Order: sequence, then C-alpha cells, then structure tokens
Amino acid sequence: MPFIPHTEDDVKAMLNTIGVNSTDDLFDEIPSGLRIRNLDALDSGLNEMAMGRDMKERAERDGGLACFLGAGAYEHHIPAAVWQITGRGEFLTAYTPYQAEASQGTLQLLYEYQTMMAHLMGLEVSNASLYDGASALAEAVLMAVRANTAAKEPRILIAGNLHPHYRQTIEALVRPQGIQLETLPYNDKTGCLEAQFPKIENGDIVAVVIAQPNFFGGIEEVDAITDWAHQHQALVIAVVNPIAMALLKEPGAWGQRGADIVCGEGQPLGIPLASGGPYFGFLCTKMEYVRQMPGRLIGRTVDQEGKPGFSLTLQAREQHIRRAKATSNICTNQGLAVTAATIYMSLLGASGLSDVAKASHANSKALCTSLTAIPGISLRFNSPYFHEFVIECPCTADALILALLKKNILAGLDLSVLSPELDHCLLICVTETKTADDINAYVQALEHALQHIATTVED
Amino acid sequence: MLIFEISAKGRRNHLQAPRNAPEANDIPAHLLRHKAPLFPEVSELQVVRHYTQLSRKNFSIDTQFYPLGSCTMKYNPRGVHQLASLEGFLQHHPLTPASHSQGYLQSAYELQQILSHITGLSAVSLTPMAGAQGEFAGVAMIRAYHLSRGDTARTEFLVPDAAHGTNPATAVMCGFRIKEIPTDKHGDVDLDALRAAVGPHTAGIMLTNPSTLGVFERRISDIAKIIHEAGGLLYYDGANLNAILGKCRPGDMGFDVMHINLHKTFATPHGGGGPGSGPVAANERLKPFLPTPTVGYDGKRYRWLTEKDCPQSIGRLSAFMGNAGIILRANIYARLLGREGLCRVSEYATLNANYLMARLQQAGFTLAFPDRRASHEFIITFKKEAKTLGVSAKDIAKRLLDYGVHAPTTYFPLLVPECFLIEPTETESKEELDNFVNILITILQEAHDSPDLVKQAPHLLPVRRLDDLKAARELDLTWRE
Repeated sequence: MPFIPHTEDDVKAMLNTIGVNSTDDLFDEIPSGLRIRNLDALDSGLNEMAMGRDMKERAERDGGLACFLGAGAYEHHIPAAVWQITGRGEFLTAYTPYQAEASQGTLQLLYEYQTMMAHLMGLEVSNASLYDGASALAEAVLMAVRANTAAKEPRILIAGNLHPHYRQTIEALVRPQGIQLETLPYNDKTGCLEAQFPKIENGDIVAVVIAQPNFFGGIEEVDAITDWAHQHQALVIAVVNPIAMALLKEPGAWGQRGADIVCGEGQPLGIPLASGGPYFGFLCTKMEYVRQMPGRLIGRTVDQEGKPGFSLTLQAREQHIRRAKATSNICTNQGLAVTAATIYMSLLGASGLSDVAKASHANSKALCTSLTAIPGISLRFNSPYFHEFVIECPCTADALILALLKKNILAGLDLSVLSPELDHCLLICVTETKTADDINAYVQALEHALQHIATTVED
Repeated sequence: MLIFEISAKGRRNHLQAPRNAPEANDIPAHLLRHKAPLFPEVSELQVVRHYTQLSRKNFSIDTQFYPLGSCTMKYNPRGVHQLASLEGFLQHHPLTPASHSQGYLQSAYELQQILSHITGLSAVSLTPMAGAQGEFAGVAMIRAYHLSRGDTARTEFLVPDAAHGTNPATAVMCGFRIKEIPTDKHGDVDLDALRAAVGPHTAGIMLTNPSTLGVFERRISDIAKIIHEAGGLLYYDGANLNAILGKCRPGDMGFDVMHINLHKTFATPHGGGGPGSGPVAANERLKPFLPTPTVGYDGKRYRWLTEKDCPQSIGRLSAFMGNAGIILRANIYARLLGREGLCRVSEYATLNANYLMARLQQAGFTLAFPDRRASHEFIITFKKEAKTLGVSAKDIAKRLLDYGVHAPTTYFPLLVPECFLIEPTETESKEELDNFVNILITILQEAHDSPDLVKQAPHLLPVRRLDDLKAARELDLTWRE
C-alpha cells in the first residue's frame, strides 16, 4: 500500500489490542447518515513511473521560454548548492521550531537570515518571513496602524505605481478592518511619484507606501518622499526588490530618519519562478516597533549551562498565545524558501549580490538602447530605472507578446492589465541571466514582428 | 559558530555571480547605496559545510518519529518532490500566457476537482498560502455574503474554546467580535451554551471536526441546524481532515466553507515552518465569493478566472496564485494514491492513533477522554504526575527528545492540563509505535526514580534548555560586528 507500512499481521494484532473487529469499527462515532463508503468519482492511483511520464510531459509544455518578464517575479541564476542543501530532509521535513532544542539548525539559520535581511535593508530587525511580498505589505499596513499612535484615523496613502496585484491584495486583506486606502498619484511622463505632494495635516495619515523600484522599474526620489511623510507624522512603508538594494540606497538610509517598515518579495534571492510560489515575504523594521511586528522572530540566548542557542521569542505577539489579541493570525512562515535565500546570500556575499544587480541593470540598459533605436518604439517613462523598463509600441503589446512567443521568447507584460490607456505599452525585464546573444535575439524577433504586423495592417 | 564568524574579508565565490559588471553611472549618486550590507564572505565549501552541519541539529520526519498532534507529520514522498521540481515547472513565470501554462493549469484544475469531491463542496480556490490564510478567506467570504444581502448586523463569530489560536485571530482580522463556546465533559460542543449564544448578531461559527480534542463532534448536524436557523454560516477548519478522508465530508455535515491544509493531509513538506498551502472550498451559496484567481476549463483549454469572471470575489490574497509548487505536489500525491489510497489514509491514521491510545492506557497513562474513540489523534494528561512527582508535560516532552523522538504537541488544547496531543499518522509502522510506548514507559519510570533526570532534560541535544526569559528581555535578533 502506498506509504503505509502495515502488514496483515500488524493490522490483526493492532485491532486485537484495541478490541474491535475491523478498522471500520473505529469510525463508529460518526453518525451513520454522514458516512460515505468510497471516493469512487476519483481515478485509481498511478505508480511513480506512470506519474513521472505524465508530469514530465506537462512540465515540457510549460517550459523552454526565454524569460524577459518580471513584474514581481524575477529570473536569476540560482547556484547549485542552494537547493542541494535546502533539499536535505532535515530542513525539508522539519516542522516549526517549537521544540527549540531539537530545532537549533532551523533556528540558527533563521537568525542568520534575520541578520542578513536587516543589514541589506539598513534596519535593525527582520522577522523570520511571511507568505509573499503582497501579503507582507498587507501585514506592514496593519502593523503601521498599530504602531502609529499619532494618527487620528486609519488612512494609508499608497503609491499609484505600486504593483497592481499588491494593491489588490492589501484591499482584500485589510479592508475588513476598516482601513482606508488612498492613492498617491504618479507622473505620466516619468512614471515616478509626483514631486508635488498632496496637502495633508499632521496626524491625517498613518503611513505612506512607496515602491522602490516602482512597478514600471523606475527609481523613486525616496529621500524627499520619506522626509515629507515624516514631517506629517506618517510612517514610511517601503516595498523593495531585495536584489536592487545591493545597488540602490537602502531604506534605512532614506531621508533624515529612514523608512520605518520595509517589506517585499524575497523570491529574487535564490527562489525559482515556479508559477508564482512558494516564495517568501520579508518584513524589517526599527527596534522601536518590534512588538508590533507580526510573524515569527528568532532570538539568540543561552541554555542552562550558558551555551549560546536560539529560540522563538516575543511569542506573546502571536496567535497561539494571544488568540484574538494577536498581531496577526499568521502561524507559519516560509521556512524552506528562507533557507534557500540564506544560503543564496551567503554564497554570493555583498559583492556578488551587487554584481548581480549591476549586471541586471547593464543588460536591461543594453536591450532598452537597442529597442528604442527601432523606428516606432520609444521609452514610455523618462526616469532612471533598475532592471525593468516600459516601451511604447506602434501596435498593441499583446500582439507583440503573441508574436515573440512563437520564437519562444516571453517578451514582457502587457500593461493594459494596469490601465486601458497603456495597451501599447510593454513592461520588459532583463537580469544577469541574459547574454548579448539573448538580447540580440529579442531585438531581431521584435523587429521582425513589427514588420510582420505592419504588413498585415497594410494588407 | 555563526556564518558571520567564519567570514574573512575579500573571500568570494566567483562562479556564482557575473564578474566585472559595469558601474551604474546613469543612476544619480544620491539614489545609490554607499555602504555594503554586512554579509558573510565565505567559500562555497564553507557554506555547504556550515548549513549541512546546521541541518543535522534538526529533528525531521526523515530522521525521527514526529507524533506532533494536529500537524499531521506524515512521510513526504520523495517522488512527489522530484516531479514537482522538474525544470519546466521551476522556470515557468507566473504571468506566462495561458497558452504556455497548460501543464500547470491542468494540474491546478485537477486538484480543485479532487478537493471538491473529497470535501463535498462545490468549488475550490487554491490561492490561500497557508491554513491561516485559508481561514481568513473563508471568514471573509462569510462576511461578504452577509454584506451582499444587506445584513450588516452580523458582527459576532462563535469559536469553541478548544479551537486553534488561529481561529479567533482570523475572525478578528476579518473585523468580527469573538464569542467563545464551552466544551462539555465528553469533548463535544456544549449545545445549550451554543443555543444561548446565537442570535441576529451571529455571522458564523468556526469548527474543527474531529475537534482538537481528538474526538468526532457527534452532534455536528444539530450544531449546523442551530447556526443556520439563526442565519449564520459554518466554517470548517481542515486541520484534521486526515482523520476522515473518504469516511465523511464537511459539505455533508452542513459546513458552508472550509480550508484544507495541503501540508498536512496531502503530505507536502513542512519545510521548518512553511511553505504551507490552505485551499478554500465552498458550497453553492458561498462560491461567488471565493478568492481569485481560480482555474477554469472549457473542455479544451484551461485558463485563469480573475475578478472579471468573479465580480463578487473577496479578491486576491497573494501577488500571484498562491504556493503553486505546493499545489503541484498535492496534485501528484493525490493522484499517486488515487481513490483507494486516499481512503486508506484515514483508515490507517485512525488505526495507528487508536492502537497507540490503547497501548498507553494499558501501560497506565491517563487519557483525557477514556470513553471516546480516538480520531487520528488523542490526548493524554500528566496532571497526576505533575502533582505527585513534580514532573510536567514539558519535562517529559524534553526527555523524549533525548530518546530520539520528537515530542507530541504539548499544552494544547488549553482545556486539558499538562497534556500531550499525539498524532502518529498512517505512515508509521507498528514497531515505531511500540518503541514510542516503551520510551514513554521508561521516562515515567525515570520520573519516579530520579525526577531530576527528567526535569533537567534534554541532556543529549546540541543545547540544554534555553533561557526564553533572557531571549525576550535582552532581545538579540540580529548579529552585529
């Protein structure tokens, strides 16, 4: 029987010990009207060989594209050692480290993760991770409402150029608690937030949410926004790409006082694209807000002999202790993805991560320069960008995406998903994984597609 | 030793990242980083050795018996892991057009169908990323349902006192007030208290069945009737679904919506505390409110259904579509077992629990509910030992670690003092269970003969008992130079 070790003799002996005649008798407390006898609408089981054949065929159907699509999930090289070690059964099949003495491996690793993440963001504290970038932002918003006692009403100002899926996620997750979400507009020319900030009074706003880089890949003037928010007693929540933070100013150094809460998607740090998950969300903050933080925190302490060790700490914030009064209902973190990220950051080191960021930036510049040299193609927003940029095309972005798919190139994201006015706009991402040949192939395929589309229109 | 303490300035792995990347001269200097983050500088071998050594300080299913109640620590099949890690799946971007995502979409759609059939509910959304998010989705759907009918008075959620802590925390996140419902002495919900608690303010109830007390809630149909007649809806916490796979279905019990923990019932790895996955299933009444996206099929092609297709949806819970890799694993596991294998899961999980319970009772341990059948888990209490010997459930749990067994869940549910919640799962052999009984008998003997040995445990692990008070008072959450 698949994964069940019992022999017939075992079953007989066990039933005998219990004092029943059959396993069916063990379900005699279920009212008979509720019992079902089988799951016959489902198929019979497959063996590993047949399943292997089936899944390989499915995987092949989905694979094989050269990926120039980012929009919140990024293809980076993942060193071989990352998942070789992460995949060890002792990491893979352990549970939450409630028994600290039997979980020192996971606990120490999480402490090292918290350290690296806090240093990368330039803040004092990181938690042990949340589900993903978007839900981490929702938790950051709730945390800000608890932390900012100066605000009169739970109003949050959100950058209009935040990833639309992040905006939708926070709508779903925080609206039930009566939190008002308002939009900070972006400039149509630069794609970045307007330099003229709206008029607000002190204590009007709990927090301002800024994305760096923004959804279009653009780099925001974070110092000015941060200082403006702080002048009005609003907290600053930064949503950042962790690889970009090896190149761009870390949130802890934004403005005079630095961002207060930093969150984002951890996937670029050694996690495969894998249809969108499992990834992990990170959340960092200043020490003064640590007790408002949701999720697990690992602390270093000593055992009864004075030897250093690690344990879950400040658990009085959490649901299994505080129940209805907890900071969040969150129970898990994304331990395994964080294991991979910690190994990834250790292997690359600060200089390796910075090289990944710089190479991604240089590659995206190279593709952008070649593409905007093609007649009819222009750069949509004139701000500095990290590794994503938006081009405006003479045809719909959708038509180009379909044409390039035929050449096995995933060209980017059709921005009509964001707004109907952006239907000629394509969001493109290039990382360090792409070579000059890959970039040339993209340019040629796009030129070819434009010619083809032009001819079709003339016909 | 921390990884930072084996670091040496200037050491690098040149194979892992591009070399000599040009400086980003086009970005204004005031937007650039000027101080490198404090990361370790270590060789590839140092990294591999450090983290391999750390892994060996963990207990895990692969290395130890792990009878952690309410967590379903069953074997995580290697074949499943391997097939979900095929290159084509790993390199697949979540926003790839559906034409080039049919393999994944088919797998997700099939799992929706399988879960719908197993639960007796008509539709499934796979997006919640963990049990607690599945709970959030379900309770938010109940909230949206009442509001869609203009019924704004329903501001209370009922939660039994035996419930998981996530239940009340979730209902509060959804904007509800909590009313706790007591449990009677047999472990069932106190129906009189329930009748007294319901009214025009009742939005719904959150229940686990079998409950966290390890027993089946026998009067579930009465409970459903009381709640529905009061205008409320029923939420099923799927934490204990492993106990009833193919035996009965939450939909038939009268539940309107529920979540399923794929990392429990569907054997996906716990990963040291995640990723989990908590799909939510709903009946016809709540189907329109399911979180997006879900997967649709027109007989030829699979495609994403978004807010456009489901205008009443509570919305999106993640940047993409939940923990897709876990969903793939659950699909593979379910199809490896098939209809026969899935029914066997509950049968053998229940056999193992009842056998272990009978053996422990015969050996003189105190059961919390001796007149009840165990579900896939059961509770023993050390209240007597704590009083007479001064040895607590925590002490015994720590001593178990010395014997190479992970401790059961301790001090949960909160209703039973000094308790162990024990869940052996179906994948453990009779020998493993017998060994566990023998170890517990030995520890109980130790508690009589030399209680300090137990009170000071563990003795054989990488660390002795940790000073949690110091951890909380002198917060050390990150290493500094």
